Amino acid sequence: MIETRVPAAAFVVLAMLLAFGAFAAELPALTGRVVDRADLIDAATEAEITSRLEAFEERSSDQIVVATIPSLDGEAIEPYANRLFRAWGLGQAGEDNGVLLLVARDDRRMRIEVGYGLEGHLTDLHSKLIIENTMVPAFRAGNFGEGISNAVDDIILVLSGDGAELEARAQRNRQDDGVPLPVVIFIIVWCLLFFGAFTFAFGAQIFGRKLAPNRYKWLGVEVTYGSADGSSSSHDSASSGWSSGSSGGFSGGGGSSGGGGASGSW
Amino acid sequence: MIPARPVSPAGWLAAVLLLCLPLLAGCGFNTIPTLEEQAKASWSEVLNQYQRRADLIPNLVETVKGYARQERETLEAVVEARARATQPQIQLSPDMLDDPAAFDAFQESQADLTGALSRLIAVAENYPDLKSNQNFLALQAQLEGTENRIAVARRDYIRAVQAYNTSLKTLPSMLWARFWFTDNRPYQTFSIAQDRMEVPQVNFGTGSGG
Repeated sequence: MIETRVPAAAFVVLAMLLAFGAFAAELPALTGRVVDRADLIDAATEAEITSRLEAFEERSSDQIVVATIPSLDGEAIEPYANRLFRAWGLGQAGEDNGVLLLVARDDRRMRIEVGYGLEGHLTDLHSKLIIENTMVPAFRAGNFGEGISNAVDDIILVLSGDGAELEARAQRNRQDDGVPLPVVIFIIVWCLLFFGAFTFAFGAQIFGRKLAPNRYKWLGVEVTYGSADGSSSSHDSASSGWSSGSSGGFSGGGGSSGGGGASGSW
Repeated sequence: MIPARPVSPAGWLAAVLLLCLPLLAGCGFNTIPTLEEQAKASWSEVLNQYQRRADLIPNLVETVKGYARQERETLEAVVEARARATQPQIQLSPDMLDDPAAFDAFQESQADLTGALSRLIAVAENYPDLKSNQNFLALQAQLEGTENRIAVARRDYIRAVQAYNTSLKTLPSMLWARFWFTDNRPYQTFSIAQDRMEVPQVNFGTGSGG
């Protein structure tokens, strides 16, 4: 009874995942630290902001991302920013030290969304002041690139304010940069299986006791030669799956946000 | 090495059952408790953010009083709504989430406070001195942030409850609810009507829509 229903449940879960995938598709992809979908920032400024944000993450492990979109399509900026923040997973997992600076061009709205872990440093008031004093005047004058660039400077300045805590945060996440334990165990087990198979393949012939033609016994295991075609192909597929994980470029660290930060309009 | 003693059928049965125990996790035994704890944790976050809002209010009221003493009615309404929303018997512990009456009472008291607060902020727009007061600006930014956090926490709670309630009604976890977790009842969640009522408060204060 249960067995027959499990595939059905799995199918429902799969359908839900696909539905969520389709739901998230309208969010822009995280192509870099500056995702300028609304073309508000010129290329030189964009490159300069990117390099500054990269240097800051190097120093602090905090992930700051700038995003501009043409329109919110009727959604309020707060839920949209929260959705985008979580979809991108800004900040390190567990530390949640990400910041999203979002500008919606046609809605004339902007928001600084702050991850859980930075709410105490970049407070709602800081975010509000950066928006009102730095971004709004520049945006009203039409200098979007300049306003965003200065806002990024302000955010970095505020986050650098508590130097000792910044250092500690960077330290905490540098330790996590090592290979995680499950991966280590996986590699060890994989190596044992892989090289163990090789050892038996050759070792049995060399060290084992011959029982019959192409049949050897070694370490209590009987090895038969001549029918090992099937097993070799599976190794190829396993190794190709392993390498596909590293695509390079920038990606979120898996952080989350609970709606901290501030919004404004110009 | 050990002298082989014949194992009794009961012993075999116990051994087989013991071996099958981890398999229970595979057929949905853990689903209901896991989702229930998630829903409770999400509720704690909702309470946390409502509390944060309540903590901001005394300061806000004091600041507004300094500039707009004549708005006594609005100020008193906020103070009263806050008192009602923070009284102990209305606070909903995670164990009472399946009680519709308690949930409604909680929801209503918080909605009242939201309404009183947005009236206060609207009134404050009429006092230019108050609007440019640094303390008021700081409180307003914090209040806006808190309202948004409440909205996020409520969304997360709604999603967690949806997953939990679904697990009580769908196979295979429904079977476990029937035969094992017989005390588990669906949790209450925020109704859409209340949600709509609170929409204006998320946007209030930011440049007065100008």
